Amino acid sequence: MSMIKADRVAFEYIRRDEEGNVEGITRAVDDVNLDIAKGEFIAILGHNGSGKSTLAKHMNAILYPTEGTVWVDGKDTADEKALWDIRQNAGMVFQNPDNQIIGQIVEEDVGFGPENMGVPTKEIWERVEESLKAVGMYEYRKSSPNKLSGGQKQRVSIAGVIAMHPQCIILDEPTAMLDPSGRKEVLRAVRALNDVEKITVILITHYMEEVIHADRVFVMDKGRIEMQGTPKEIFSEVERLKSLRLDVPQVTLLAHELQKKGLPLPKGILTKEELIQEMTRLYGSGK
Amino acid sequence: MRYYVLCGRDDSFCRDENMIREITLGQYYQADSVIHRMDPRTKIVGTLVFIVSLFLVKNMVGYAVAAVFLASVILISKVPFKYMVKGMKAIVLLLLITILFNMFLTPGETLVSVWKLRITKEGVRQAVFMALRLSFLIIGSSLMTLTTTPNNLTDGLEKLLKPLRLFRVPVHEIAMIMSIALRFIPILLDETDKIMKAQLARGADFESGNLIKKAKSMVPILVPLFISAFRRANDLAMAMEARCYRGGEHRTKMKPLSYRRQDLAAYLTLAVFVTVIVFTRRVVLPFSF
Repeated sequence: MSMIKADRVAFEYIRRDEEGNVEGITRAVDDVNLDIAKGEFIAILGHNGSGKSTLAKHMNAILYPTEGTVWVDGKDTADEKALWDIRQNAGMVFQNPDNQIIGQIVEEDVGFGPENMGVPTKEIWERVEESLKAVGMYEYRKSSPNKLSGGQKQRVSIAGVIAMHPQCIILDEPTAMLDPSGRKEVLRAVRALNDVEKITVILITHYMEEVIHADRVFVMDKGRIEMQGTPKEIFSEVERLKSLRLDVPQVTLLAHELQKKGLPLPKGILTKEELIQEMTRLYGSGK
Repeated sequence: MRYYVLCGRDDSFCRDENMIREITLGQYYQADSVIHRMDPRTKIVGTLVFIVSLFLVKNMVGYAVAAVFLASVILISKVPFKYMVKGMKAIVLLLLITILFNMFLTPGETLVSVWKLRITKEGVRQAVFMALRLSFLIIGSSLMTLTTTPNNLTDGLEKLLKPLRLFRVPVHEIAMIMSIALRFIPILLDETDKIMKAQLARGADFESGNLIKKAKSMVPILVPLFISAFRRANDLAMAMEARCYRGGEHRTKMKPLSYRRQDLAAYLTLAVFVTVIVFTRRVVLPFSF
């Protein structure tokens, strides 16, 4: 069954100058068709301004499509009666960790979503405990968010979303403002949610390394979905990715260059281990 | 070059950016006492009743009762007395003016007269009473802020003011604004610090010149700060909506306020205190003080 479905979705916004005169219309999302199944790990790639964040905001009814329809778990996002169901069902994590933490204590922030949903007090505490444990932040439950690192704050934000028991989490560049170790922390937490809790994950990013573990990857450019497929399929088209102004992981790039020089390597090598394995197959080990 | 950021419990200046994260807002003093554990509503109501009862006091006996009451509450609260005195610093000037005016300008039986000024017996009495009343008032209310976290205070106020919703006062929204402001103060301080450093690095001068020039040099800090504050507000509003926030309706509480035995005891003590204060008004002392 599909978790999120988009049918010929387009979103336009009107640009205005300082006096409020219309300067033009930007089509931020253009003719997007998506069908994401429950339990999938989806990555959406694109450089800045490719419309990936705008598309993400359609998935929990923060924005409504100008044309076309988005369904979340079978409910039309344009339907106002379903609004709160949709937002509960499709949680969203944003880029800046500071601007999405509401509580002054970690546990209070995680409890914010359930409070809004009208969950009874006792159950809020249970949910807060299990969500903080799921992202490995339970021992920080009494701390002030201001004292946490970026990666920790972002894990608290994720806990705040899972406490609402969504079937799906949309992460809008959750690692863009983090250092490498923070990025690893957050990604590990996200993958665990997908593997263990079977929550559908939609990860929006422009870091290539982060999409390797996805089931499917969508590449966006100028509001359109330009490429889609498994990470292997996507990364085997190095030249195309470059033309879309995206970087390929170093290992893939190395393999690609070697291939161009005539080495018989398979396409779409994603990890160091894979490359080493292929090289040993070609030349034998240790020689 | 130096830069300062105003922060901290005792208005000290600090220069270490890590210290900004350590700011304690308000003047909450962490301790484990019955007073700390009490429901914030009890403490707010208690403080108000205490202040009102101070104005009912007519003679020294009343003040003695109030002093004993206040001293025992301070003792129970485990907050060192010096923190109360800190609150007094702010009103030293006010206190002095009150004392002087009352001493010299109250008509009555002359005690001492210097040039055209006369100190009257009634004046001295009035001055002492006013000084006591003011100090008790300040100590009493700082005891409340010292034993209650800002968050708890907001919660308590929200619940106490709930009846005002009948008159369409957006009580929940006001409380939410207060708690968000409290959450963002350290973040915005951090940001101010960053902007200041960035401007200093480009040769901005915040220290020299007269007051007007100094005020003008704050503009390049305030403008980016405001812009970023609005951006943050926008992001935060979106994040709150994404987490199903829709105002106070249908909302449950993770930490609901509930009165416990200690609150009942506090209210009873308060009632006894007020009765005693009212009773002291009838006491006639053998001497006229």
